[in-house]
Amino acid sequence: MRAATRAIAAAVLAMLLAGCALGPTKSDPFEPWNRAMYAIHEPIDDNIVRPAVQTYVDYTPRVIRLAISNVFNNIDDLFSAINGVLQGKMDKAGNDFARVMLNTGFGLGGLIDIASDAGIERGMEDFGQTFGVWGFAQGPYLFVPLFGPTTVRDGTGTIVRIYLGPVGYIPDVPVRNSLYGIGAVDIRAQALEASSIIDKAALDRYTFIRRAYLQRREYLVNDGKMPPVKEEDE
Amino acid sequence: MMSMLAWIRAAALALAFAAALALAFAAAPALAQEAPDALVKRVSQEVLQIIRSDPLVQAGNEARIREVIETKLLPHFDFQRMTALAMGRNWRAANPDQQKRLVDEFRTLLVRTYSGALNQYRKETIDYKPVRMGAADTDVTVRTAVMKPGGNPVQIDYSMEKLPEGWKAYDVIVGGVSLVTNYRDEFNEQIKSGGVDGLIKTLADRNKGGAAK
Repeated sequence: MRAATRAIAAAVLAMLLAGCALGPTKSDPFEPWNRAMYAIHEPIDDNIVRPAVQTYVDYTPRVIRLAISNVFNNIDDLFSAINGVLQGKMDKAGNDFARVMLNTGFGLGGLIDIASDAGIERGMEDFGQTFGVWGFAQGPYLFVPLFGPTTVRDGTGTIVRIYLGPVGYIPDVPVRNSLYGIGAVDIRAQALEASSIIDKAALDRYTFIRRAYLQRREYLVNDGKMPPVKEEDE
Repeated sequence: MMSMLAWIRAAALALAFAAALALAFAAAPALAQEAPDALVKRVSQEVLQIIRSDPLVQAGNEARIREVIETKLLPHFDFQRMTALAMGRNWRAANPDQQKRLVDEFRTLLVRTYSGALNQYRKETIDYKPVRMGAADTDVTVRTAVMKPGGNPVQIDYSMEKLPEGWKAYDVIVGGVSLVTNYRDEFNEQIKSGGVDGLIKTLADRNKGGAAK
């Protein structure tokens, strides 16, 4: 895990330096590289990952899929609470802590999301957003095969998040890898509907995904307080 | 990893519920003076009702779904403004004839995209946030949240403008992603490589069933 983290950090740094050498461009200075990565990603996702995940959705009872999502969400909520505190958003952090306690204590260790039923909203904060609130810009956009869209800032947040665990700290390697696998399938399953919409909506899927990702992240950092886009922007 | 990709989860629901954008504007002749939030609520409730009860819609009958969208939703959207927004500063580079064709093709693309998802939304409920606005306001955002059983709520906001014939939506923002301006980069690219006519051709090809690159 650590070696991998270091390797990714080195790669990110190298790309940043390359970015400086290229001179300032807009949000996607590495577009040729990213498009090459997307070209690797797309056939694998279309032909292997999506059909496999669709099979999972078709043949796994909804209750079980929901319970799996809830367990991972419960862990995310804890990190959301921590990030809420780091951003000084004590209301959100309080909600997230309450969610974790309710769902862990009374929701069978997180299998059942009773906090949502009780109307306690998820804060959905993460490290990338925290860096944003602290004033760090997104940095160059990156498309990572099998992982998806990210940026230097958000990707750094992801690395921090993976590093902190908890899955990475499970000593039993097969169990750990299984959990990583289930987590990945769970995430991809949530995005199946989005994928089918993108198929229909996009003129160029790479560009569509990039714009949607960057918009979504900016919206999350600003907690939904966004000025409306006008005709003359950009 | 989870937190990083939390957006995908939201975006999945979100983009899916872009279908609900369609829903959200269905229905009935608009009363000219109907408040924008009341309009959103009435139209979306009517379309939800149709989705839940109409057997043809539930069976995924494309003609019927398109009919619902055309009659219930489209009258409440300003496609001219939507297309201009998606074009950004390129809009003024297009002549009136090109502009008209762009509006037609863009409308078709949006209808095609979201009609496919319409019949999947039966169990969802919509939470409407009241709009705080003055009597003289002509541009407001109506905020809603779509609640899906067992899923995270998806915020859907409608940018609305007051026109002589009533309030109309000119953008739908799903979980922070503007469905209209999300096309700006794509339109820009198309115009850079093939001009406005190139973009019109790409849109027309897509609408005839061609795949995205």
